[in-house]
Amino acid sequence: MSVVYRVTKERIASLKEYAIKRVRREVTHEQFWALRNVSLELSRGEVFGIVGRNGAGKSTMLKVLAKVIRPTEGRVWVKGHVAPLLEMGAGFHPELTGRENVYLYGALLGFTREEMEAKFQRIVDFAEIWDFIDNPLRTYSSGMVTRLGFSIATDVKPDVLIVDEILGVGDEAFQRKSRQRMLDFCDQDATVILVTHNAALMRSTCQRAMWLDRGEVKMIGSANEVADAYHSSTL
Amino acid sequence: MNEGQIYDSADRPPRVIEELLDAFRYRHLIAEFVRRDIVTRYKRSVLGVLWTMLNPLGTMLIMMVVFYQLFHITTPKYPIYVLTGLISWGFFSQVTSAAPQTLLWSGPLIHRVYIPRTLFAFTSVGAGLVNLVLSFVPLALIMAILRIPPSLSLLSLPLAVLLMTLFSLGLGLLLSTWTVYFPDVIDIYSIVLTAWMYLSAVFYPYEIIPIAYRWWFFNLNPMYHLILLFRDPLYYGNWPSLAHVGAASLVSISTLLVGWFAFARKADELAYRI
Repeated sequence: MSVVYRVTKERIASLKEYAIKRVRREVTHEQFWALRNVSLELSRGEVFGIVGRNGAGKSTMLKVLAKVIRPTEGRVWVKGHVAPLLEMGAGFHPELTGRENVYLYGALLGFTREEMEAKFQRIVDFAEIWDFIDNPLRTYSSGMVTRLGFSIATDVKPDVLIVDEILGVGDEAFQRKSRQRMLDFCDQDATVILVTHNAALMRSTCQRAMWLDRGEVKMIGSANEVADAYHSSTL
Repeated sequence: MNEGQIYDSADRPPRVIEELLDAFRYRHLIAEFVRRDIVTRYKRSVLGVLWTMLNPLGTMLIMMVVFYQLFHITTPKYPIYVLTGLISWGFFSQVTSAAPQTLLWSGPLIHRVYIPRTLFAFTSVGAGLVNLVLSFVPLALIMAILRIPPSLSLLSLPLAVLLMTLFSLGLGLLLSTWTVYFPDVIDIYSIVLTAWMYLSAVFYPYEIIPIAYRWWFFNLNPMYHLILLFRDPLYYGNWPSLAHVGAASLVSISTLLVGWFAFARKADELAYRI
């Protein structure tokens, strides 16, 4: 179950060529506000979309939720277990087999080996990669990697599922399966946060949405409203 | 994993404690990472795990040739002397080098999912320990060949390993902290390491240093004390003296505290600096 209440701003300061500039007395710390004054509340079972141009702060938003980044100001409050969807190269290791990567990814999500063993059958069934499960991950297509990742991340219903624009990969049958699973979660009160550029996807799956622009909230409303507003802004 | 947990960004224990608690909570991830490191390192190699054992042996043989034949060193049981130095030094250099490197390359991972930042240092320690234990095998073999009887003082070895671990962990964390801001710390450190190794009597006998300088030369070097904790039981067959144990404990515990505090305080910034 998850209720997310959030007032956050966040700042990234960058030092450039510190040593040289120090000598020249030119040290400047640039401040970059990735998110500013974002205030949002989500409830259980919602499917929530986030749209915005590249660099608007969408990924930062997800990172704040996943505890990866702390808010510089304000407060984040999340109740429940958050599962992010990882891409290849993040949690997965290309030299290890699919089987070994299942255990590794599971450990990243916080599960012990014994717990993963119990779920192993179900995970590989859903991802439909029994033929390749003992091959190194570098031999997998990107679609297969996504399927496996999605399968692991969603095997235990997370309270909050974070999806960052990658569900486009995978053939149609899998896209249907994964969408179905996400919808099942919503029936069971999981919250899904979907970052996407695909307006059609957002309209069809999300109820509410948010439009971020340069770190600030431009609009929060129903998925259709936000999609329309975002779309017209890009014309 | 625990459902029903609450993440409240405003309610956090002090960083130093929080990193410790999180590291404990994620301990099975440390095991997975160590396993991953070791499995992938040897997956594509023919000799596999044997290489960990052959490496120190090979270096020892080279050293034997150099110092016996070329320099005519007459240290008794020289192979043991060298091996104990190589093994303990090898552990230290591996852990302290790997910790900042793995952290620096962890970008894709820590940008997506929350992992306690100290995990990389702990993983390096774990992998180092596995290699350390494996490299005791050739040491035991050589000791058997040279007919050296094991003495009761071998029981002090766990303490030696513990203190070396604490020191390496502390230094690894410190280096990790600096590396985040200045990535060339890694390169500078590898040069420092080489010089340090030459200063630490890893493969030459202590007597080479003129007696006038010997005390200063060695006693100010933490690795001297830490390596001696290995050499006392394995090479000399003695229990390590209280003075050495005291010095080693002092330096390793204080290094660990300094490293841990420095790292924990900066841990939050890592996600966007790497």
